[in-house]
Amino acid sequence: MKGNEAIAHAAIRMGVDGYFGYPITPQSEVLETLAEQKPWETTGMVVLQAESELAAINMVYGGAGSGKMVMTSSSSPGVSLKQEGISYIAGAELPCLVVNVMRGGPGLGTIQPSQADYFQTTKGGGHGDYHVIALAPASVQEMADFVGLAFELAFKYRNPAMILADGVIGQMMEKVVLPDFRPRRTEEEIIDQCPWATTGCKGRRPNVITSLELDPATMEQRNLQLQAKYADIQARECRYEEIDCEDADYLIVAFGSCARIAQKAMEHAREEGIHVGLFRPITLWPFPSEALAARARQTRGILVVELNSGQMIEDVELAVRCSLPVEHFGRLGGIVPDPDEVVDALKQTFINPSLKTK
Amino acid sequence: MTKEELMKPEYLVYQKPRLLNDNNMHYCPGCSHGVVHKLIAEVIEEMGMADKTVGISPVGCAVFMYNYLDIDCQEAAHGRAPALASAIKRLWPDRLVFTYQGDGDLACIGTAETIHALNRGEHIAIIFINNAIYGMTGGQMAPTTLLGMKTATCPYGRIPEIHGYPLKVTEIAATLQGTAYVTRQSVHTVAAIRKAKKAIRKAFECSMNGKGSSLVEIVSTCNSGWKMSPDAANKWMEEHMFPFYPLGDLKDTTTDDNQTMK
Repeated sequence: MKGNEAIAHAAIRMGVDGYFGYPITPQSEVLETLAEQKPWETTGMVVLQAESELAAINMVYGGAGSGKMVMTSSSSPGVSLKQEGISYIAGAELPCLVVNVMRGGPGLGTIQPSQADYFQTTKGGGHGDYHVIALAPASVQEMADFVGLAFELAFKYRNPAMILADGVIGQMMEKVVLPDFRPRRTEEEIIDQCPWATTGCKGRRPNVITSLELDPATMEQRNLQLQAKYADIQARECRYEEIDCEDADYLIVAFGSCARIAQKAMEHAREEGIHVGLFRPITLWPFPSEALAARARQTRGILVVELNSGQMIEDVELAVRCSLPVEHFGRLGGIVPDPDEVVDALKQTFINPSLKTK
Repeated sequence: MTKEELMKPEYLVYQKPRLLNDNNMHYCPGCSHGVVHKLIAEVIEEMGMADKTVGISPVGCAVFMYNYLDIDCQEAAHGRAPALASAIKRLWPDRLVFTYQGDGDLACIGTAETIHALNRGEHIAIIFINNAIYGMTGGQMAPTTLLGMKTATCPYGRIPEIHGYPLKVTEIAATLQGTAYVTRQSVHTVAAIRKAKKAIRKAFECSMNGKGSSLVEIVSTCNSGWKMSPDAANKWMEEHMFPFYPLGDLKDTTTDDNQTMK
């Protein structure tokens, strides 16, 4: 099935309570699949097509504040609209899942795949000092698996989590093993597990979900608490995959669909005797800086491959702290590179720079 | 009769509602918010819904509603309260879910969320405080500011050629299929307060009985924003606001069983 469909099926099976979305290419299959599956008749999951992405993310804000497992999905222009709500959700420290199936920008851009929302996702997006936990799937299987993982992390840290996919991963079809059905939590379980939620103040003092604090001293403390939480997430939750890195002279660092392309490029390069390994960040925030720095020590150069003009490369450069050459290869505007383009880029950059044609 | 004797429970004719706590309200003297807060507290308590209610506060003067009402509350982004309420009500169908919004929040930045939540027939109640001005930010023009009315951003009076016309959201709401009960009230006299309370009660009951969405507009004063004494503000409201925003029910389907929404 398609990556977008896998998200929908996984959400139903993981016992998600509510989905609130608005159609936008290339992720509309998430809402379409949910509407077709009618989970409100089986698991009781609420599925609602909102009047806008703004409304959808604020429905998620409300639902998350009431302790429910709620999510939304969209694509780049829609996710820009959602940034208001994401900032509020981060500020109020609520768990939720936002899926971004990226397309090319800026503006209305294109409906073709892109990874140009890396900055938006990992460096803030909305206003204020906050982070979302960002997971980058590189297969349809991971689209399905990361729904559960995202909610696990979101509830563990009371923080919004994002699945940052791109049009390739959303639209491509692969075999997938869906998670087993898990019942939705009962009201009693939610009240027990989320004592902070606005479930109606039975037997306790009223709960308030807000991101507002007018006293600057208190607000600074609140921000410091958030930063402490982010440091904790950074220390504990970095995820990455290394393929053929043991004997690598060069590293390709890529996420999502680019990691799949890079994997094929790596095979081609190895056939030509170039020892290349692939380092694939799975969490883009927190970025697996330490693991990458450790792996980079044995190599002579890093090629960062992205469907953008060079965004993740900044985190790669920070991770290795200029200890070795870090170069970028990217295609823009919805163009997806051929694996051999990546091999050529690698050769031109590191093996034989004289091949470089301007 | 001594003071202690007078304070015996059997002589009690009126008291502060239990759900209205003792925190000092930040509202200006003469402001309508405090009265409406009290009515909401009374209605929730009388309906026995104190521990099954979720209120959504807006951005605007009522942002701190949660500081005064002892119920679970969420504080929404500007204009988005109906979106939060829609989700919470669908996820917790047996809870009483209401929003409390001013004119800027509801009729300007949140017009889309308001109209669509009402039109979907979400089983929520929206309390709409219309004082025709932005109070919290210091008296700027609101979507409901009357023609000719002076504010910080239309200091020479609202002129349609420049500022457009005041928006009657409540009239629009009455035309929507999803609304069960749409009314316009005020709280400037004891009689008006009694009527407003009945309206809030009916709106809350609609949402609990699955009748659809409800909108209760309260035409209100903003003494500070209008730069008038509370008494003068009430008179000005009667003379200028009521002719343009006439009081009364605009839609009431509660007596018709066929209107029950699934």
